[in-house]
Amino acid sequence: MRQDHQYILELIEPNSRVLDLGCGDGELLSLLIEKKNCRAAGIEIDEKEIYKCVERGVTVSHGDIDSGLSDYSDKRFDYVILNESLQEVLNPDKVIAEALRVGKKAIVGIPNFCNLNARLQIFCWGKVPVTEGLPYKWYNTPNLRFLSIKDFRDFCAERNIIIEQECALNSKGKVRFAHNLFSETAIFLIHK
Amino acid sequence: MSDLQIIETQYFTFANPPHEITLKCGVKFGPITLAYETYGKLNADKSNAILIFHALTGDAHAAGYHKDVKDPGWWEPMIGKGRAFDTDKYFIICANVIGGCKGSTGPSSINPSTGKPYGLSFPVITIEDMVVTQKHLIDHLGIKKLLAAAGGSMGGLMALEWSVRYPDTLQSAILIAANYKHTAQQIALHEVARQAIMSDPNWSKGDYYGKELPAQGMSVSRMIGHITYMSERSMEEKFGRKLQDKEKVGYDFSHDFEVESYLRYRGASFVQRFDANSYLYLSKALDYFDLSEGSDLVGAFKGVKNKFLIITFTSDWLYPSYQSKDMVRAMKANDIDVSFIEIDTNYGHDSFLVEIEGQSKLVKSFLNNLK
Repeated sequence: MRQDHQYILELIEPNSRVLDLGCGDGELLSLLIEKKNCRAAGIEIDEKEIYKCVERGVTVSHGDIDSGLSDYSDKRFDYVILNESLQEVLNPDKVIAEALRVGKKAIVGIPNFCNLNARLQIFCWGKVPVTEGLPYKWYNTPNLRFLSIKDFRDFCAERNIIIEQECALNSKGKVRFAHNLFSETAIFLIHK
Repeated sequence: MSDLQIIETQYFTFANPPHEITLKCGVKFGPITLAYETYGKLNADKSNAILIFHALTGDAHAAGYHKDVKDPGWWEPMIGKGRAFDTDKYFIICANVIGGCKGSTGPSSINPSTGKPYGLSFPVITIEDMVVTQKHLIDHLGIKKLLAAAGGSMGGLMALEWSVRYPDTLQSAILIAANYKHTAQQIALHEVARQAIMSDPNWSKGDYYGKELPAQGMSVSRMIGHITYMSERSMEEKFGRKLQDKEKVGYDFSHDFEVESYLRYRGASFVQRFDANSYLYLSKALDYFDLSEGSDLVGAFKGVKNKFLIITFTSDWLYPSYQSKDMVRAMKANDIDVSFIEIDTNYGHDSFLVEIEGQSKLVKSFLNNLK
C-alpha cells in the first residue's frame, strides 16, 4: 500500500462519509470502503481514470474540482480528501473553503516543493528542481501551484483553519523533524 | 449475440376490457400487446433480470438474429456472451414500447372495436405510459426486482422514469445519452420532423393505411433526425465535401454531395421500416417528458433508491451533457449513489449505438460490482 494512503487510512474513523477530490483510479476510495467501511465517492477529471474507478466498484463523478462542490450541502461528509490534487487546481483558496464547507474535516496531501534536494538543485545548478516526488520538467508539469509545508501552514493560519495533524513523508517513511527540509510530501488533517 | 442464436419475438397481451389501464392523458385503454425478446436465462431466484429500453425508432429486437434476416438487433455489440450485458450471467429483456410499430400496440394496430387501424384515434401516450405498460410485462414474467434497467436516448428516459416510479423494483439504472426533460430546441426539432410528415398530402390526417404512404414527409423527417444524431465533426469526417458519382458539381438540383445522397437513402429506407403515425406519437411522448414537472428536479428524485450509472458523450448536441450533469447534481442532493462519465467522442448522439468500447467497459464493470 502507498504510504500516503496508509497514513490517510489511519486518520479516518471507520464508517465515515468521505469525498475524494481528484480520486485518480479510485485506489484510496476502495481501501476506505474495504478497510474502514466508509461510504465514499470521488470526483476525477481524467476520463481514463473513471473506467478504473468503475471497475473497482467505486462511485465516481467525471468532473473538475475547480467547478465547485455546489452539489453538496454543508457538512455532508466527515472527510473531504484532496491528496496530491490541490497543486493542480486553479483556485486553491476556493477549493479548500468548499472542502471545509461540505466536509467536517479535510485531509490535504501536498508535494513539498522546498525540500532539501529541490533547494540544492536551485542553489547549485540554478535550475528548476526535478526530484523523485516532483518528476516533471517546467514544460510538462501538471502542477499549477508550487508550495511548501510552511506555505501551507501560513495559508491555514491566515484563514483560521486549524491543523489537527501534520505528517511529513519521504521515500524512507515518516519524517520526524524539520519537515519542510526533509520531506517530499505532507498530509494535513484540517478543520475550520 | 456472438453465438448467432436465432431469436423469436414473443407477445404479451393485457389490459383486456374491462381491465383497461388509464393512460396519463386520462384515456382508459386496452387491450395492449407488447412485443418483447429475451436473451440469456432467468435464474432460479429471478434476480438476474435486466430490462433494456430502446430509443425512438428502435424495437424489441435488441440482439441476436431473426430467422432469414441478415442484420442483427440494434444493440448487438453490447448484448451477448461475454459482452457488456453478458447473456451467460444475465437475463435480458427488451420490449417494443406502446405506440410503436414493431409488434406492440400502436397507431398502426387494428382497433378491435372497429376492425380498422387506430390511426389518430390512438390515445396520446407518454414516457410514463411506456414504463407502466412494461411493468405489466415484468410482473407477468414473475420478476419482483430488476438487477438493472438500461437504455440510451429515449431508453434512458424510460430507465429514469422507472427509477422514480417503481423504486422498490430495481437495483440500478444505466442512463446513456439521456436527459430528464425535453428542452425548447429538442421540442422544436421534433416539431419540424412532425410537420414534415403532417404536411405530406398522403398523410391524410393519419388515415393512410392500405393507401399511398406519406413517404416524402417521412423521409424528410428522418433526414432531420439523422442530422441531429450526428455531430458536425463526424459528418465532416464521414462525408466532407465528397461528391456522389460525380467528378464535378452539376450546378443543378440533383444531388451533388455524398451527404445529400446519404440522407436521401436514410430517409427512403425509413419509410419502409417505420410507421409515420408512430413517429408522431413517440416524438410527442418525448416532448411531453419532464421529470422535474417544470420546477423541482431535486424533489423529483425523492424516494429513489437505486444506483445509477450515467454516461454522456462530448459531441452529443441533441442531448447535451449539461442536462445529465444537472440530473447528477439533483441525485447527489438526494444522497443517491450515482457515477457519471462524459466520454470524449465525435459520434454525436448516435454514440450510444456506435461507441461500444468505452460503454462496454463501464457497463460490464458497473454490473459486476452490483451486490
